[in-house]
Amino acid sequence: MAAAENYPDELRYHREHDWARIENGEAVFGITWFAQDALGELVHFEAPEEGATLTRDQPYAEVESVKAVSDVIAPLSGEVLEVNAAVVDAPETVNEDPYGAGWLVRVRLSDPGEADSLMDVEAYKQHLAEA
Amino acid sequence: MQTLLRTPLYERHVALGARLVPFAGWEMPVQYEGVISEHLAVRRDAGVFDVSHMGELEVEGPRARELLQSLVSNDLDRIGPGQAQYTLLTNEHGGIVDDLIVYERDPQRFLLIVNASNREADFEWLRERELRGSEVRDVSDASALLAVQGPRVIERLGLPAAPAFTFAPGAIDGVECVVNRTGYTGEEGVELLVSAESAGELWDRVLERGAVPCGLGARDTLRLEVCYPLHGNDIDQETDAISAGLGWVCALDKEFTGADELRRIKDAGPERRLVAFVMEEAGIPRQGMAIAEGGEVTSGSHSPMLARGIGMGYVPADFAQPGSELTIDVRGRPRRARVVRKPIYARDGEES
Repeated sequence: MAAAENYPDELRYHREHDWARIENGEAVFGITWFAQDALGELVHFEAPEEGATLTRDQPYAEVESVKAVSDVIAPLSGEVLEVNAAVVDAPETVNEDPYGAGWLVRVRLSDPGEADSLMDVEAYKQHLAEA
Repeated sequence: MQTLLRTPLYERHVALGARLVPFAGWEMPVQYEGVISEHLAVRRDAGVFDVSHMGELEVEGPRARELLQSLVSNDLDRIGPGQAQYTLLTNEHGGIVDDLIVYERDPQRFLLIVNASNREADFEWLRERELRGSEVRDVSDASALLAVQGPRVIERLGLPAAPAFTFAPGAIDGVECVVNRTGYTGEEGVELLVSAESAGELWDRVLERGAVPCGLGARDTLRLEVCYPLHGNDIDQETDAISAGLGWVCALDKEFTGADELRRIKDAGPERRLVAFVMEEAGIPRQGMAIAEGGEVTSGSHSPMLARGIGMGYVPADFAQPGSELTIDVRGRPRRARVVRKPIYARDGEES
């Protein structure tokens, strides 16, 4: 059962439909409601390894639905501290709760200043409206 | 600019919130609620597919049977009026021009229901070979086709029991149609042939009786689970019927286009064979992916019933036995798979 369309206020957003929740030099990443809706019910999450280096704007993982596969883009640079095993086991969690239980990776940020390049929720909604 | 064709049911798909995609030159629903929920609806209850984009070709006349017998792989003498037969149009190399179902209306009137992607090619193929005393007509535009599939379809539609691969005129809540006991999902069900004018009304009645609208996404996962080939993926003009595992559809003691070559391949043993496989590691196989043992994936997807990736592909004969280990190149990552007997999924829950 997919979530209703929503974009939390406290997150930062990347134009490729990824979100970041930033706290004390670490961040959690995921994909937005728009991304999970476009893909459909996810059936596979190809995750990075713990310790992997992520580079802002570069793909770091893949999510796949029955009909489509999509690169997941890193909103910020950093080192992977944890991969969400619950999503690896049950990828449809992302559709049900893209911002909560459906988080993908937790990272230690290498350059917290990069956060300034991300959009706030209003700018992201505007981005969606223009798509 | 290329305009996509629309079936008589297009507006209903839009009203139902379908995601529409181009397919074989048509704008078709790939999903409504979601591929997996639609797939499960067909396996458990009843789903309805708009397959009006498929082609309907009439072959009629005193020499219609003779013409068809010389061109199709299966033996029409095995059916009579009111019966249907799965068969192939083959070329001189034993390759597959199309796979289709032929319906014998009477000994001089046949209907062929063919893949949407091959409608014009099949019509030309038959027309070029027409005999005096046979006439080929494309009646696709006058017809619509609804596939209603699932274990509760016969009950929901209030239809009498009838053997598979038979057909008869009927009506659903007063809407006249021809009820074909055929399908592409591995479940019980029917395909309802109706006039284009009555298609919308029939669709509405079928939905009112509880069938869930299903799109081409679910149609693909359903047929792949039961290993029905898709022309353009698993079979085409270059793949011979023996290598494709369709020897059972070929009456090799009959003379038809390509029969000589198919007999030769069967006697020699095909070098490659179309096999079914299940993934043993995470990852979804997709058409075009390389199989390290010397082949390629022709169809692949996630299987809702097995909750893992499944697929079909050509491998060297040595690797075609059930139990053989394969290595699928999933976007640069080698992932293990295992050849299984067809069908990959069977209704009683048995898996190969």
